[in-house]
Amino acid sequence: MSQHNFQADARKRKRDRADKRFKLYGLAAITFALAFLLFFFVDIIGKGLPAFQQAEIKVTVHYSEATMKNYNNAVDRQYKTLVSKTWLRLVPNQMRDNPELMGTDREEWVLGENRVDQYLKGNEGHRLKSKYQTMINKMQEEGTVRLVFNSGFFSKGDSKLPENAGILASAIGSILVLLLTMLFAVPVGVMTAIYLEEFAPDNKLTQLIEVNINNLAAIPSILYGLLGLAIFINFMGVPRSSALVGGLTLALMTLPVIIIATRAALRAVPDSIREAAYGLGASSLQVVWHHVLPLAMPGILTGSIIGLAQAMGETAPLLIVGMMAYIPEAPGSIFEATTVLPAQIYTWSSESLRAFEERTAAGIMVLLAVLLTLNAVAVKFRNRSENTW
Amino acid sequence: MIYSDLFFWLFGGLIPLGITAFMVARSRALGSEKDGARLHSLPGYYGWYAVIWLALPAMISGTLFSFAHMFGLFSIPAPMLLGAMFALGGAGLWYGVRHINVDFRAREKVEKVTTILLIIAASISVLTTIGIVLSVVFESVRFFQVISFWDFITGTKWEPDTAFLIGAGRDTTGIAAPAFGAVPIFAGTFMITAIALLVAVPVGLFSAIYMSEYASHAARGRLKPMLEILAGIPTVVYGFFAAITISPLIVKAAHALGLEADYTNALAPGLIMGVMIIPFVSSLSDDVITAVPQGLRDGSLALGTTKAETIRHIVLPAALPGIVAAFLLATSRAIGETMIVVMAAGLRPNLTANPLEGITTVTVKIVEALTGDQEFDSAFTQSAFALGFVLLIITLILNIVSTVVVRKFKQRYE
Repeated sequence: MSQHNFQADARKRKRDRADKRFKLYGLAAITFALAFLLFFFVDIIGKGLPAFQQAEIKVTVHYSEATMKNYNNAVDRQYKTLVSKTWLRLVPNQMRDNPELMGTDREEWVLGENRVDQYLKGNEGHRLKSKYQTMINKMQEEGTVRLVFNSGFFSKGDSKLPENAGILASAIGSILVLLLTMLFAVPVGVMTAIYLEEFAPDNKLTQLIEVNINNLAAIPSILYGLLGLAIFINFMGVPRSSALVGGLTLALMTLPVIIIATRAALRAVPDSIREAAYGLGASSLQVVWHHVLPLAMPGILTGSIIGLAQAMGETAPLLIVGMMAYIPEAPGSIFEATTVLPAQIYTWSSESLRAFEERTAAGIMVLLAVLLTLNAVAVKFRNRSENTW
Repeated sequence: MIYSDLFFWLFGGLIPLGITAFMVARSRALGSEKDGARLHSLPGYYGWYAVIWLALPAMISGTLFSFAHMFGLFSIPAPMLLGAMFALGGAGLWYGVRHINVDFRAREKVEKVTTILLIIAASISVLTTIGIVLSVVFESVRFFQVISFWDFITGTKWEPDTAFLIGAGRDTTGIAAPAFGAVPIFAGTFMITAIALLVAVPVGLFSAIYMSEYASHAARGRLKPMLEILAGIPTVVYGFFAAITISPLIVKAAHALGLEADYTNALAPGLIMGVMIIPFVSSLSDDVITAVPQGLRDGSLALGTTKAETIRHIVLPAALPGIVAAFLLATSRAIGETMIVVMAAGLRPNLTANPLEGITTVTVKIVEALTGDQEFDSAFTQSAFALGFVLLIITLILNIVSTVVVRKFKQRYE
């Protein structure tokens, strides 16, 4: 019978427990991160989902001379606070466009005021007076008030009245800015990467450029905003708040991302491809243009998409170049004042009205949907390109 | 707007002209191929050669004129400028096409121009850095001519309100001079960064350890993209979440514990910023942990250590330089982060150690100074550039140090 070392046994048990605990820490860390992610999405979706519905109430609209003079006469007095001001204001215009309406009374579903909307959705901070609450309750029984799909959220621009505010103008602004960013950053980024990876002699200047690109990738985005303000706006005279200045600023910010990704993609193309092409008498540019670049394309696309997705969600530098102004209309050109989706989210989030909060969250849902799709596409590209060699 | 017309005509005019030039030159080159003599280059290169001779003079003259306009040297009306550009382009094209014959080495010329274009593209990134440095330094210098650098770095009072009046040239007798002591702002930045790192470093590091050492290959393949979603969420969204959801929760929790908390407390943005940086720390740490040679692990395990002991005493020390670099980069990320603090932290500079109080940060002050309707030339707006200058220096130092640390690490295994 061997002598049993109880002390060693106890020590071993202790060490095993420590071993298990260590693994648990790791598990706990991952769980924490994923739990946060879940909580975040549940919270944002819970806040934003109601914004995809909008209250409408059924009222008799009087298309009369009196309405033409003062739009407040369009509905009976007791309904005046229940319908949206933005709709009321447009009644005389509508009458001018459709003269046959004059003198008729029609029952119509019209846009409800935001307090009515919030009350119907059961939000605490609706601020609807109790007099109107009973009215709405009664109308609910009669079926003259309803919640319908909020198509205006996608077809209207910004507004000071939440029931009339939508993301169309900022979405178009985002697309415009992103197009400019892409037009500038992708060619310049890819060209820089080609030069550094395929042509640059290994000298001090090349090393300087390389160090510089790595540093640029780490510079806080807000400093790009300072650059845009000082150089593009104050020095070059690009119009403030325009899509052009936003696109250029974001392009400079995205450049290092694209360069780094493209270089990695070029480096992944095996040298045997280059040597074979040289062997057939191709010039160095032909080697790159006809052989290396097409093979590196999936990697370049992945990097570009990731960089552009990052640019699309960026806000700080755009605030500095003035893209947070109140802009109700989609821009007509790249020189006009523009807003973008993240900036719209920012301006809405600082509004005090409760109805704006759900619109902010809904805007966030739209933005996240676009960005997550872009990232998923990028990952697909990467996975498809990974096993080529 | 002079610009928009110019752009329109330039591109609307040059693109069809370019296509024509390409076709003309290409067919001229092919036409010169007779009596058994073959072209030196592929026909397309002659086309490109003509396009270059068309576009280059037009572009260069346009750029020169717009620079002249920008510096206010002289300016000419847009139609004349356009006419001049097209005339130069046409002259260039004529000159270029005349060159084309069977022996002409078009490919070499085209490739030379292309290489120069590549070099120009590569220099844009350098110009960007110079641009950032210049824009920040230029305004900072003007700021420090009014406010002493020492007061800025060591002062504890940030009261810039009266700077407008001075900037507007108003009578300033009887008004307190504006104070630009940035210490409370730096302290606020430091506190939020510290909170963020307290969240991000342990969670990120342990996630990386779990994923690289414990998780199965399949689990890792699923967990990693999920963690990376955290990095893909825009900061403005995090800011909204911190301000609307987390801040009230913290105020409630503090109240339950009998503490007072502001709605603009430092904790909420700090925590959320920490969560945002988790994937950053975890993916960088994951890389260095995976790079530790398997032999080190096997040797340690063969000596009878448990897995945890191997990781703690062998793998982590070996990966330490990389982890330190990740930590430094995360710090620079947190210091420069803007939207979360703009939306969830306060505006009032506050020198405090209590994370439940409202505090402000460098980036908040930059945004505040530059998004109002103030005159550009007041010391208040210039203070934003001075703060940006400090931000730039700190980020660069952190980045350089982390690069040096990583380079040292690499030498150990190669």
